[in-house]
Amino acid sequence: MRLTVNGIERELSTRPLDTLLNALREELGITSPKAGCQQGGCGACTVLIDGEPRRSCLTPLVAVDGATVTTVEALGEPGNLSPVQAAFYEQYGLQCGFCTPGFVLATTAMLERNANPSREQILEELVGHVCRCTGYVKIVAAVEAAARGDVSEAALEAGATGPSRREPEVLVPGSPA
Amino acid sequence: MTNLTNVLVPTSADDAAAAFGDGSGVTVVAGGTIVMPDIKLGRLCPERTLYLGRAGLDRIERSGGMCRIGAATPVSALVDGAPEPLATFAAHVGDREVRGQATIGGNLCAPATATFSRGDLQAPLLTLDARIRSAGSTGERTDSIEDFLAAGPDGRLVLEIEVDEPKRAASASVRRPHAHAYTILAVAAAETAAGIRVAIAGAGPRAVRATSVEQALADGASPEDAGQKALDDVDPQDDAIASGNYRRQVLPALVTRALGDLS
Repeated sequence: MRLTVNGIERELSTRPLDTLLNALREELGITSPKAGCQQGGCGACTVLIDGEPRRSCLTPLVAVDGATVTTVEALGEPGNLSPVQAAFYEQYGLQCGFCTPGFVLATTAMLERNANPSREQILEELVGHVCRCTGYVKIVAAVEAAARGDVSEAALEAGATGPSRREPEVLVPGSPA
Repeated sequence: MTNLTNVLVPTSADDAAAAFGDGSGVTVVAGGTIVMPDIKLGRLCPERTLYLGRAGLDRIERSGGMCRIGAATPVSALVDGAPEPLATFAAHVGDREVRGQATIGGNLCAPATATFSRGDLQAPLLTLDARIRSAGSTGERTDSIEDFLAAGPDGRLVLEIEVDEPKRAASASVRRPHAHAYTILAVAAAETAAGIRVAIAGAGPRAVRATSVEQALADGASPEDAGQKALDDVDPQDDAIASGNYRRQVLPALVTRALGDLS
């Protein structure tokens, strides 16, 4: 099974009927897709498959042979966040963070299709993503801010410094978070 | 065709039918939205698996008053590409991500669970007089959707679904404001060459035609009076999503609303 994950071509030995989620987390060590409900109901495992948001927990690996998979690791990095990541940071669009990768990827894909979504469209597009911290108000505010381009320089550069930042020896998109 | 340790990946419909054979010991995977959790949790241990995603069964063709839909067509493609009321029902399945992955064939063959019914697309397919082309031990054959649903999908590999383009169509449903958007109750209505058909989803393990409602309409009943007849066609039960009593209260109004929109 060959697929391109965050710009790097990979040959995987995970079995073809195992989930893409498992392959990403267990074989590649990419832990941003979360193993939540694992039956398609929570959206925490969402990744982009050929640019479209999909549930990696429902996707057998055989279905993505030859596909391109993107996780949040490829969107930005500390100090150089993507606008959607920065908007979630700036608007406090996350609490525990478990649902955040799914929300960020679904939002990123939605804004590529529709740069100026209405509030109803945002709710409809993100209905499959569950936040158990009940933070939807801030999440929707973050999505609206990202759509407006209302993101400060400081937010885009968030994480550049700080006590919790660990410098990986090699910064490779797709390296373990 | 690729064979990955008991996962067969046919690249044409003929290959898929040949690999399926009589279906014994074969687990069919297309979108994976229903079957993957079962495999993941060990409720299903496939001996042989047929992955349909590359068999070219994902096309919609509309011509000559008919619409042909490949079994592995994603539900999302129906939202823009299928006739009503199928398109509206498709838009109500799951969420955008699940719709992009789930297929019409999977929805048609979805088994009801002990706690709720699945397969919302069965109702619009019933109203559109769908024909189901499938392969199996006796070769290829085409069944009416009613015969197909009555017999169940065991031993059959659905290849294509053909529906009539309706003269007019309408639907009404109660939706659940939750990510798991299984429909509480939905009514589809359409007029085709076969006449006006009405079908109900969510009031039993699978969708059914509301023949009493259809008969009342044929006898000249108003949408209100015909709606009341719906309770002759189904006996809604309690499940995890809603009570049978709630469904009995709501169903006539939904039928009336759909019939009102039809005319």
